[in-house]
Amino acid sequence: MATDAMAPVGTAATPKIRSELMLQRVRAARWFLVPMMIALAIVAGWPLTRSIWFSFTDATLNDLYGAEWVGFGNYLRWQVLESGTVRYRGVLADPDWWNAVWNTVRFAFWSVLWETVLGMIVALVLNAEFRGRGIVRAAILIPWAIPTIVSARMWGWMLNDQFGIINDLGMKLGLLSAPVAWTASADTAMTAVLIVDIWKTTPFMALLILAGLQMIPKDIYEAADIDGVHPVKQFFRITLPLVRPALMVAIIFRVLDALRIFDLIYVLTPNSRSTKTMSVLAQENLFQFNNFAEGSTQSTLLFLLIAIFTILYIWIGKVNFEGGDR
Amino acid sequence: MGATFDYWKLTKTVLFYALVLVIVVVSVFPFYYAILTSLKSGTDLFRVTYWPTSISFDNFRQVFSQGAFPRNLLNSVFVASVTVILALFLAVTASFALSRVRFRGRGLLLMTILAVSMFPQIAVLAGLFEVIRFLGIYNTPWALIFAYTIFTLPFTVWVLTTFMRDLPVEIEEAAIVDGATPWVIITQVFMPLMWPALVTTGLLAFIAAWNEFLFALTFTVSNETRTVPVAIALLSGGSQYEIPWGIIMAASVVVTVPLVALVLVFQRKIVSGLTAGGVKG
Repeated sequence: MATDAMAPVGTAATPKIRSELMLQRVRAARWFLVPMMIALAIVAGWPLTRSIWFSFTDATLNDLYGAEWVGFGNYLRWQVLESGTVRYRGVLADPDWWNAVWNTVRFAFWSVLWETVLGMIVALVLNAEFRGRGIVRAAILIPWAIPTIVSARMWGWMLNDQFGIINDLGMKLGLLSAPVAWTASADTAMTAVLIVDIWKTTPFMALLILAGLQMIPKDIYEAADIDGVHPVKQFFRITLPLVRPALMVAIIFRVLDALRIFDLIYVLTPNSRSTKTMSVLAQENLFQFNNFAEGSTQSTLLFLLIAIFTILYIWIGKVNFEGGDR
Repeated sequence: MGATFDYWKLTKTVLFYALVLVIVVVSVFPFYYAILTSLKSGTDLFRVTYWPTSISFDNFRQVFSQGAFPRNLLNSVFVASVTVILALFLAVTASFALSRVRFRGRGLLLMTILAVSMFPQIAVLAGLFEVIRFLGIYNTPWALIFAYTIFTLPFTVWVLTTFMRDLPVEIEEAAIVDGATPWVIITQVFMPLMWPALVTTGLLAFIAAWNEFLFALTFTVSNETRTVPVAIALLSGGSQYEIPWGIIMAASVVVTVPLVALVLVFQRKIVSGLTAGGVKG
């Protein structure tokens, strides 16, 4: 990708008039790009730089400008006590932080795994030709269209321990022996979050996979049918390898999204230690508990983690950065 | 042989449609149940039913009469609309340059834009807070319009760039021969062709801005300046046993119905836009 950017402009020998025109276009392009680049610098570049900078200072919410440089102190600092024992402080020595990291990773792994499997099933169904396909596609767009906060509250009500329909249904069908306090109990809170996230995001996954499935030429399957290849074998030998690029992009996209989850957890299971993720912990430290520097440190660490995944995405996805011919 | 084959085929068809039914019911049921709950009142609320038994609009009346909810709705509409217009305005010219003009550093620039769209919002929260306070727009809708640019702009640029890249070269060449400047090419030649793409990206960006929670929670603090997602998230009673579920569901239905309607109307466009931009709402 980077080499594309370095490619010489106009490799072939171009007539003088043509290159004059080219120059004019490039000049115009520069001006067209300036407003967007300024906007991105103000809303993204500068705030990111400042957030990272805050993580190396002792800034507080009320005193951003009087902050002093403390180096890596917010990340890890230690103190040798008189007895000779070393005491570690800072985010990297904070059990709450590692709990949040573990929750985030656990959430990302299970949600993306389920969304991929279920998304693949839904995509295969939608790729088949049958009556009422339009209705199914419309129906699966509904979870996607519902705002996350609204779905958190809707499911919060459905998962309510006393009046929730899920407990009612589970008891009637004999799946549950007693009502479960889904969102309140530490054992089930993560399951509740996963259920809602999988419900909401599987459609997105299904649509991305479906786009990949529709690129596969139909005659491959016809040939396989003639050769008598079993449908299951067809899936593993033809569908899966051919849909893999689309699938990888979708998975990495979802992982990036799952790693930064905030809203669903904040609303569905407030103040639950068993679901608190990195984003939630950082936001609370920044704006609710007045640990501004610590919150900045945590958000910077999350940024680093996601940056690694983004690089992975661009690398694996082999995103095409080349434009038209001009 | 023939008969058993037919049985097998029948079983397969039945299983397939059962799967289809499960997908549809699971997708639609929670929304249906929210509507059902919002139409209940009093003690009915605490009796689980699967079909509507009585219909009452009390919850809707309460949502609109008490508290700042109408104001929150207006805030959301205003913030989302201005954000989208701003993003499209900045993105159209930028994506022309990115898709139709070959210049040094284009690949790097596109990569940066893609990277920004994958930013975790939390990573810029502290710095954005500082900028917003510096600009004196803390706790106003402008803070949100400003902050939302971080995800609407890269997304619109990215999708419009992919779209413009596919427009035929011949149209542009004809315009150049006629002596059209790049600005004229954008406004007179490309814009009429781009309406479908603009509607799709605008709609997706609108939904993203309408649903945003983290920035709205952090940069607005009073009832009158909040947007709907924050208002709904913070709707609560005196204790956890007095949560006004009926009102919450009514408010949820009010903010969701327009979205669901829009999505169903623009179904095809949204699906193609989603797969082109790979964005999550």
